Amino acid sequence: MYKYDNYDQAMVDARVAEFRDQINRRIAGEMTEDQFKPLRLMNGLYLQLHAYMLRVAIPYGTLDSRQMRMLAHIARKYDRDYGHFTTRQNIQYNWIKLEDCADILEELATVEMHAIQTSGNCIRNISSDQYAGAAADEVTDPRPWAELLRQWSTFHPEFSYLPRKFKIAVIASPEDRAAMRLHDIGLELVRKDGELGARVFVGGGMGRTPMIAPEINPFVKADDLLSYLEACLRVYNRYGRRDNMYKARIKILIHEIGADAYRGQVAEEFAHVKTLGIDPPLAELERISAFFAPPAYDAANVEPDRNDPDFALWLDQNVKPHKQAAYAIVNISLKPIGGIPGDATSAQIDVMADLAEKYSFDELRVTHAQNIVLPYVAKRDLYAVWQALRDAELADANLDLISDIIACPGLDYCSLANARSIPVAQKIATRFADMDRQRDLGELKLKISGCINACGHHHAGHIGILGVDKKGVENYQLTFGGSGAEDVSIGKIIGPGFDEDGVVDAVEKATEVYKALREGDERFVDTYRRVGLEPFKEAIYG
Amino acid sequence: MKLLTGNDLVSGAVTWWTGNGWSIHVEDAADVGEHGEAILHAEEGARRVNAPYIIDALPTENGPRPAHIKDRIRALGPTVRTDLTLKPADPAAGDWII
Repeated sequence: MYKYDNYDQAMVDARVAEFRDQINRRIAGEMTEDQFKPLRLMNGLYLQLHAYMLRVAIPYGTLDSRQMRMLAHIARKYDRDYGHFTTRQNIQYNWIKLEDCADILEELATVEMHAIQTSGNCIRNISSDQYAGAAADEVTDPRPWAELLRQWSTFHPEFSYLPRKFKIAVIASPEDRAAMRLHDIGLELVRKDGELGARVFVGGGMGRTPMIAPEINPFVKADDLLSYLEACLRVYNRYGRRDNMYKARIKILIHEIGADAYRGQVAEEFAHVKTLGIDPPLAELERISAFFAPPAYDAANVEPDRNDPDFALWLDQNVKPHKQAAYAIVNISLKPIGGIPGDATSAQIDVMADLAEKYSFDELRVTHAQNIVLPYVAKRDLYAVWQALRDAELADANLDLISDIIACPGLDYCSLANARSIPVAQKIATRFADMDRQRDLGELKLKISGCINACGHHHAGHIGILGVDKKGVENYQLTFGGSGAEDVSIGKIIGPGFDEDGVVDAVEKATEVYKALREGDERFVDTYRRVGLEPFKEAIYG
Repeated sequence: MKLLTGNDLVSGAVTWWTGNGWSIHVEDAADVGEHGEAILHAEEGARRVNAPYIIDALPTENGPRPAHIKDRIRALGPTVRTDLTLKPADPAAGDWII
């Protein structure tokens, strides 16, 4: 993992001191809320439905046990004993007091954490593949590049006041586990004739106008990548709309001028930027890459004993192949049946930290699907890890099944939401609680957002649910056919909306249609794509 | 009836104008009638409330009930964590929201 140098630490410490002063001035009445609001947002502090909410950055979703324990400590000392892992691979605390915020950030800074780039119209926290460094299918480890982008983007003087927020994802595998093409910029690291470079996709996103990012450049050499991204951002910063926040994202700019025109402008800008020498020298790349050297794998290849049926179920569903034959990738589900997707108590966070320290070379990942990953677990240790997870109520074997639901906080917590998301997720998970039934349905990605901002990624759900406000009453629209993976697509609304119980019934009917029509190994989304909406619509609406 | 609500500046807690101060309990909220804007500006200026706004509500025998579900959730707490609401011991409290 990357470790701060003196510059990193000094920057974060200085920011904490600055924000402490700003908070004191606000409490003393030297600043109005209008003056204070942009400052607190730059430090991840929102005012939500019940209290202040602090969003803490977890760069590319990677953290160690010391940092994880600090997250538990913050939850225990300053919040209500739990945290919420988000679809941006971050964590949110829902009950923060303004007077505690500087102390929290000061404590986070002691473990190289902060809340910078978790709000505002800047380049947000870089996201990546949760299996980075462990995936058998990656062409290189994307984390050094994600870290390079973190350093480039943090406090970038030109890009701190963009027309709108800006999200970048980096992957290095043909299988997209990070919804890469639904970001403002998506990078897929690839090799061409042995040389490392990136496919660059620009202008994707969800929200009220979902778009899949078109490929702007099929291969940018790694040596040119920062300059190319600088050019992409400069064109956006120059021409992106600032008069209408709903049309300010880069996806709107590219949609309006066309990908070819944007590509041409970036090429022109790149020719200039490349002369400025911003791409890091080889030594700096090597310095960063050294932090991500493979761990000291030393386990013998011992296949786990599958005699315990619950353990075997978990092995089959939540444990994924590793690039090292003697190791495995463990997915910890934060989706217990009837629970709150993404929530974990401080005690559970501590358990996960302990397991990472003991069994996963001290490393954890947060996934955009609101789960946690132990990326380097020796197969001989899997049973012990599972037992500890089971004792902490963290062993649900439902990865990628219908109860592994992404859900935003919705109207239970969020001031932007129009409807509650969590109760719908709980009802659907409970309806499909039977594991045999879930496994029979196979991979089925169900995603729920409580408003059109789409933090719950409903556009990318095989089944998506969007909560809306219909004359003061919660109403839920269903979408089918979305995907955030390499078969990326945007779901389509199937018809009129439902009330809370109605949408659960409609989901169940859709699964019955799928079971009746599926062929071979087809997933729900495959069957939907083959047969179209009509049979589903007929079953649901009659 | 009209209610004035906002958040406490320091704690962030949801608060309701009672007629002579602020309470975290919506049952204490007073009908501000046509005076909401004036009270809002005075209280915000004095930093006794943060991000205040005026809402519609209905009077009931148990006190005012905000017209919109969002404000009812603000008044009581998250429906999915009844242990964290203002009435954790009352299992029926959530019915008031819906």
